[in-house]
Amino acid sequence: MSVIVDYYNYWIVVFLMMAGFYVVISANNLVKKVVGLNIFQTSVFMLYISMGKVSGGTAPIIIEGVTQYSNPLPHVLILTAIVVGVATTAVGLSLVIRIKHAYGTVEENEFQNEDDAI
Amino acid sequence: MLEQHLPALAILLPLIAAPIVFILGRSTVVWLLATFTGAWASIVAFQLLLTTLAEGAIHYSLGGWSAPWGIELTVDALNAFVLLAVTGVSTMVLVYSKESIAKEIDKAKHGFYYTAYLLAMAGLSGILITGDAFNLFVFLEISSLATYTLVSLASDRRCLTAAFRYLIMGTIGATFILIGVGLLYMKTGTLNMLDLAERIAAFDRSRTINTGLAFIVVGVSIKLALFPLHRWLPPAYTYAPSAVSSFLASTATKVAVYVLIRFIFTIFGPDYVFYDMGMDMVFMFLAIVAIFKCSYMAAVQNNVKTILAFSSVAQVGYMVLGISLVTTTGLMAGLIHIFNHALMKSALFMAVGAVFYRVGSVEVHAFKGMGKQMPFTMAAFTIAGLSIIGVPLTAGFVSKWYLVSAALQQNLWVIAVLILLGSLLAIVYIGRIVEAAYFHDVPEGRDASKLKEAPLLMLIPMWVMVLANLYFGIDTSLTTEAVGHASEWLFQSTELLEVAQ
Repeated sequence: MSVIVDYYNYWIVVFLMMAGFYVVISANNLVKKVVGLNIFQTSVFMLYISMGKVSGGTAPIIIEGVTQYSNPLPHVLILTAIVVGVATTAVGLSLVIRIKHAYGTVEENEFQNEDDAI
Repeated sequence: MLEQHLPALAILLPLIAAPIVFILGRSTVVWLLATFTGAWASIVAFQLLLTTLAEGAIHYSLGGWSAPWGIELTVDALNAFVLLAVTGVSTMVLVYSKESIAKEIDKAKHGFYYTAYLLAMAGLSGILITGDAFNLFVFLEISSLATYTLVSLASDRRCLTAAFRYLIMGTIGATFILIGVGLLYMKTGTLNMLDLAERIAAFDRSRTINTGLAFIVVGVSIKLALFPLHRWLPPAYTYAPSAVSSFLASTATKVAVYVLIRFIFTIFGPDYVFYDMGMDMVFMFLAIVAIFKCSYMAAVQNNVKTILAFSSVAQVGYMVLGISLVTTTGLMAGLIHIFNHALMKSALFMAVGAVFYRVGSVEVHAFKGMGKQMPFTMAAFTIAGLSIIGVPLTAGFVSKWYLVSAALQQNLWVIAVLILLGSLLAIVYIGRIVEAAYFHDVPEGRDASKLKEAPLLMLIPMWVMVLANLYFGIDTSLTTEAVGHASEWLFQSTELLEVAQ
């Protein structure tokens, strides 16, 4: 039981990761795939953010009388990864728009058989 | 003054040129600027290689923040060597691009093409040169986003679905690497590669580090299209513009192989990965399957670009096979093949692009009679094809030679025989195209008088690559020296060397 309660943040990460991954693989609609990818990436953001927490530590701003701070580095790293995630989503969605123009649909099964088979 | 900033320059040159190209838009000036940038970056890479061979590794602290707090660029024989191949081939493809994309990409998008191309180059150079694990992920995403854009620029609408599939797979791969790096940071508290290596070696093999290794290996394997994670690659290379296929086939997956080598040998250490975790058997099995399955797939396709794409996956199999042998000779074979494969695949895709330029199709039957109509293009295709097969006097022979001798050194006769059988399959898929070109006439209904030789601007870079294939097949001193240094350095400080020999 304590494994579940003590590490609840990691369980959330695992759940989000698997949920997002499943949507990417199973969704038929391309927009849903992009959304799934987003959830998948968000789980990693949570992983990084929660690993920076030092138990008993406070926000990493110098205050008198405080000796223990949380680690700010993972938070800074994940800012970069969030930007990357936004850029990926933008490229993915713009590809979906162009696919819609070219094929008239964004449902994978509707154009898979047309001329896309490899 | 520039001398000491060479490592940063390799990344900054294309990175600064990209927005300038974007602002200038479409014109010949943009092409000249991009080519000039590429050429300058290649010279920088060559200087870096000479310096590292003479004086050993270069450590460069970005912005003066010293490692492990700041981001460090580390150049050694390994990445300087791959950097030279990547920048050199990219520059030649840039020269080739002018005529090729005029035929295959809308005029309004030419500016975007060069911008994305330079960004991809900056990202790839960054991956190669950085000494920081998180920085590597960032550069990986810069290059990947640029390559998705490049693939989607073709006029065939199927390039869009190919690019989308590439984006989904590529992002999953990159995110896996991010998770892996996060787990390593969680355990070690550092991101600098050399620092990581020290601390991982000091730890007992905890579950966190094992999981990190698993995520990183799977993520990188998606990026390098290791069988069975290669499904994104054939459509992407088939429907991308020819110049883009030529660029990606010779650089993107090769850089991913470098990342795999860097993580295994520098960060985790071969003892841990191969002996404790037994990854060598996994890699060896997948590599052998890749060589046979994908060579077979190449042999039954009708689209020549698909044939070359499947052949690329098979060739990646040879590189991974070299790594999985866990000897210096095996690693040398893998590294030499990274370099040589870049030379031959770029030449092959350039030749296919030249045929597309004249015929407008890349099916095998479009090549019929081309031996007479486009003698220089088809001669280039044939020589580069021989190099893929591994005929003596070509670069491909050198890599196969090292690979077979590495297998024999370990008394793995079966592997050596399998490598040679794999080359026989290459004869089949290259042979079909060469046969169509030389032993068939131009099909009726196609005006033979219109099918003349490709423009000079396409032929020159193509032949530069072909001559490089022949040169590095005959004079191997540069490749073997760089690669020998690199693999000895990678195996340094492990007792593996003595165990293996």
